[in-house]
Amino acid sequence: MNRRAFLKSTLATAVVASAQGCSSLAGPSDKAEFWLPTGDLGIVIERADGRVALVNTSSQEKLAEIDGLGDLSHASAVFSRNERYAYIFGRDGGLTKIDLITRAIDRRVVQSGNSIGGAISQDGKLVAVSNYEPGGVRIFNSDTLELVLDLPAIGKNGKASKTVGLVDAPGKRFVFSLFDAGEIWLVDFSSAEPQISRFEDIGIQPYDALITPDGRYYIAGLFGEDGLALLDLWHPELGVRHILPNYGRGEQRLPVYKMPHLEGWAIAGNKAFIPAVGRHEVLVVDINNWTEIDRIAVHSQPVFVMASPDGRQVWVNFAFPENRHLQVIDSDNHQHIKHLQPGEGVLHMEFTPRGEAVWVSVRNNNEVQVFDTQNFKKLASLAIDSPSGIFFTARAHRIGL
Amino acid sequence: MKRCSDSPRQRVYARPTQLLRKLSGIFLTYTALIYRALAFRVLAAVIALLLTSQAPATEAPAIERQQQLSYLLKHDCGSCHGMTLKGGLGPSLLSAPLKSKGHNIDSLSLIIRHGRPGTAMPPWGPILADEDIRWIAARLLESN
Repeated sequence: MNRRAFLKSTLATAVVASAQGCSSLAGPSDKAEFWLPTGDLGIVIERADGRVALVNTSSQEKLAEIDGLGDLSHASAVFSRNERYAYIFGRDGGLTKIDLITRAIDRRVVQSGNSIGGAISQDGKLVAVSNYEPGGVRIFNSDTLELVLDLPAIGKNGKASKTVGLVDAPGKRFVFSLFDAGEIWLVDFSSAEPQISRFEDIGIQPYDALITPDGRYYIAGLFGEDGLALLDLWHPELGVRHILPNYGRGEQRLPVYKMPHLEGWAIAGNKAFIPAVGRHEVLVVDINNWTEIDRIAVHSQPVFVMASPDGRQVWVNFAFPENRHLQVIDSDNHQHIKHLQPGEGVLHMEFTPRGEAVWVSVRNNNEVQVFDTQNFKKLASLAIDSPSGIFFTARAHRIGL
Repeated sequence: MKRCSDSPRQRVYARPTQLLRKLSGIFLTYTALIYRALAFRVLAAVIALLLTSQAPATEAPAIERQQQLSYLLKHDCGSCHGMTLKGGLGPSLLSAPLKSKGHNIDSLSLIIRHGRPGTAMPPWGPILADEDIRWIAARLLESN
């Protein structure tokens, strides 16, 4: 923990606050460290070292590094609704709660042998983790990290399944998919006893999923067949239906060297921008009727397809061995606006809360680059070792993130 | 903690039967069978080739290439098999579990080169040279 930088920024915050005549911050002086605001903070996963970097999106600098998080080769994060804590889900089954103010680990449990991601409930009280080994979902108290519910994902085939695409949904629900069993499960925590709804035979090998920003539609991408599975959470009784069946037109797909990811960012206005599996295409779907309206040819196989917060731009990165490229598409006319090559290993992008800048992880260069989304100029470069996922605290108030 | 032991109430939504869906399912299974049969034929041919022809000893890649391959193994294979190769979406690639499944350099090279149809394992043959693949296979077997 970088104590000096921490105190400096705390002091700076206090000075700014008093200059503005803000009286609400007046309190016991020994609590001064809690004055540090977290709304423009974020974390970057340093995947090779079991560490996260704490960053500030306003000053565009790295504030601190927090160590001891285990295997972060595939890691993601969610935030408490007060934006003070980050929950990091590591590959080794570790669930770590980080305090962004004291810049230290608050709690940590190794809850399984192998996990893939997680979600935080609508009320912020539960954190759910999606596991590969043993397959299933475990749900924890977000304060104490005590286990609340252990849910082995035994599919219709009677076998434990790897779980993917775990998201939170309105009504204090969690939704996830069973990779091996081809099912979608809905866990409802709104009443005293959790209730589970299972949807069977939703398609072959769901690999990831997203929930629309309004929390209504859950969409799982399928690896074992072309198409996606759609569940309307306003009408779960209608069951799961397939959308974009046969988008591959029966053609042989290309070898997939990196699984695409699906996140709520894919929605821009009334369109969803979805990575096609094993194809050099981004599929554009009308979310009013869930039919394909276009397919955009892109440089290679897309991994993340992310719309800017205003929905105007769609940024796309690519699978190995083409992961030095980054393309920007106009969501209105589907034309390419910009082609960037920030360096080898562009793994993830994250927009600032209102989208004036985008942060890009460039793994092999050990740096995170910050780009202006209007003129595409590089605004900053931060030295961060093997960066992968970037997560800003503004996610705390977004459904499904 | 109290809820841990209780099994939560469950409701199952079975998929409504649709003729079209069934038919396409049958078609998919049929094509899958053809592909599988083809894959087995290729596999058999390759094994026969390996057995009959005394394959020339492949040269180990240069040191610089070995470093690139180590990086690839850790980060790109690692994106499915875990950076420490303990497994993830794909199975563990640690030497003990590989050996207990009866794998050797040839069998691993075959999988790396051609992938595993029906799973997420892609063929690396289009990207890696034969000596690269054999070097990776050997490394998996001897490491840890």
